[in-house]
Amino acid sequence: MTATAIGLNRLGRNPAIARAVARRARLSIALAAAVFAYLTYAWFAFDMPGLIESARPERAALLATDSVAHKVHVTRSTRTGDIVIAVEGERTATYDTPPGWVTADEESASIDLGDGYRADILGNVAYFYVPGYGEIVAEATSDGVVTTLPKDGPQHGWLRASDAKFDARPTIDRRVQVSRAKIEVHRYFFGWENFFFPFNSEINAYSAGDLFSLAFGGPPLRNDMSNAAYIFDTFWTNPDWQHGNVFIALLETLLMAVLGTFTAAFVGLPLALLAARNFTINVGLMFVVRRLFDLLRGIDMLIWSLIFIRSFGLGPLTGALAIAFTDTGTLGKLFSEALENVDDKQIEGVRSTGASKLQVYRYGVIPQILPIFVSQGLYYLESNMRSATVIGALGAGGIGLMLVETMRTSRDWENTLYIILLTVMLVIAMDSLSSWLRRRLIQGKSDQTRPVKAH
Amino acid sequence: MTATADLSHHIIQAEGRRRLYSIAIVVITAAVIFAGYGQANSMNSGGFLNGLTKFFDYPSEIVVEAWEARTAFLGLMYKFTPALIETLNIAAVATILGGVMGMIFAFLGSGNLDIWPRAVPIARRTMDILRAFPELIIALFLIFVLGTSPVPAMIAVAFHTTGALGKQFSEVNENIDRKAIEGLEACGANWFQRMKFAVLPQVLPNYLSYFMLRFEINVRASAILGFVGAGGIGAELRRTIGWGQGSGDETAALFVLLILSIFVIDQTSSYLRRRLIQKNSD
Repeated sequence: MTATAIGLNRLGRNPAIARAVARRARLSIALAAAVFAYLTYAWFAFDMPGLIESARPERAALLATDSVAHKVHVTRSTRTGDIVIAVEGERTATYDTPPGWVTADEESASIDLGDGYRADILGNVAYFYVPGYGEIVAEATSDGVVTTLPKDGPQHGWLRASDAKFDARPTIDRRVQVSRAKIEVHRYFFGWENFFFPFNSEINAYSAGDLFSLAFGGPPLRNDMSNAAYIFDTFWTNPDWQHGNVFIALLETLLMAVLGTFTAAFVGLPLALLAARNFTINVGLMFVVRRLFDLLRGIDMLIWSLIFIRSFGLGPLTGALAIAFTDTGTLGKLFSEALENVDDKQIEGVRSTGASKLQVYRYGVIPQILPIFVSQGLYYLESNMRSATVIGALGAGGIGLMLVETMRTSRDWENTLYIILLTVMLVIAMDSLSSWLRRRLIQGKSDQTRPVKAH
Repeated sequence: MTATADLSHHIIQAEGRRRLYSIAIVVITAAVIFAGYGQANSMNSGGFLNGLTKFFDYPSEIVVEAWEARTAFLGLMYKFTPALIETLNIAAVATILGGVMGMIFAFLGSGNLDIWPRAVPIARRTMDILRAFPELIIALFLIFVLGTSPVPAMIAVAFHTTGALGKQFSEVNENIDRKAIEGLEACGANWFQRMKFAVLPQVLPNYLSYFMLRFEINVRASAILGFVGAGGIGAELRRTIGWGQGSGDETAALFVLLILSIFVIDQTSSYLRRRLIQKNSD
């Protein structure tokens, strides 16, 4: 404490320094006040109060549970009187014999929902027993739903009963719904259902060991293909998860990023030579190429994508061209600035040995800008991997579009989570590959990996 | 054989090997690009040659419609200015919040600032994850929870900005001259005083430079995310493009607004950054 006081006292003794420090302090307070004022303005410009009111955090909870769980529906149609038990209510995933927690016959079903919860369906009447609350009776009649709550039972938030619909979800993993048309009981289970093979496939219940021995030996399941091929085909074309389509979408996105960046780098380099003051062949041409770079960059990826989607339709070519056009401008500008900063001594040294013009470029110029070329190319490849997902979402296709579509249907959140995980994995893999390559190719020149330094 | 002859033999051999590698890399890259375009072309719904003839149709259609509406064009641009301001607000708030968060992570993630050394790897990994996570995913998730509003895009961009600026800031931190810190420590300055008088004056010019570059990138990102459902100029573009023919004048007005603002920000920021770096290195 005293030592600090002495130090600051000494500072105070020099009035010029003290004034400079005080001015800087005032400046930083003024800056902080300005930022605070701006953020306050933004708070109201974004209508944060209204947003907080209309936010639906329960959707986040729903999304979180639905994306890691699946549910089994027990449904009785009041029209046909049939009782159907199916995973996610899908016709392709119907149980022929009821699972252990359901006993069902023609007219009635008794469903054990675990932890003392129980639901019974008798004709058009659903009995739902909730521990600590009592039994709720909901009857589907010809013109609506009649609900009888237990005597003195309090009205809970998880229970909604009207003349047209009854809906009770006492816990997040149990739900009973009654409408005029049907009685539906949901029970949730943790995990992704039928991830590898479709529900009705004969190999759905096989364990990994069984599959292995089936693939290499065992009786052939199909006449026209080997067991291994059949197992792969069943997995690949699984209708719920669409592994094959997801893989192709990922490939499209990867293709967009790689092709776009490579094209931009290899088109940008020769143009950069024309745009660099010390290498250009004509000052007028230099000016034109520089403005071309500004134009390509300024029009922005969003607008390029929209134009290319219009002319080339959906697909990786569209995305690749949008990336290539924008980044030819960006990389071209970076390369031309790097070329203007090259060391003339090395070029003169090569020239003094009597090298031809081509050899001067090869041995005097290229070695100097190669690290920047490689590191900037890889840096943009990395960032374009993310851009490609967004361009896809604009309508160019690939994993971005698939993600937007599964989210918009907001039905199978587990599919959405699956796509998100794969996308993030692909992006991270690309990031690691690119930074590994950068380290390998340009050791000790990490300064040049940063774009600002190259300016 | 003499030593020099041996050496020159080795150099020629090494040179030959290097040339072989270079040729191999060029050939492989060319093959990847050509095969990739072939593949991309076959996966695209509209073919390349087919699209090439239509390439200028859309831009010229827009230009024609904009020309027909030329007297009202400035009015249209004025009409869409609020949308542009919304996009700029998304980018600015995201850059400010991301910059502040990034600064915290950068300080935790630099090993030479006498903070908690165990936090260094944790902060770095967190920044890696924040940087790698695609903005689109966060934005779509938040749009689902919060509804259509500029805030999801702002948060999504701020997340990525935190990671990106945090990494660049921590690289700046690690390149500082520690003598100033040691000098202050010797006269008994506490940690805050050391940071304030020894570190911040060294790093702030570079921070500011990265900050401006990031703002420029974020304006582009906010415009794109708007198109996916986050408001601002992107949302307006989606609307006018969705209407199809006849709204070309409005689309053109939006294009011009976006291109102009990006151009102005780009030029201003590169001018300011050049000045900052020059002043700093003098």
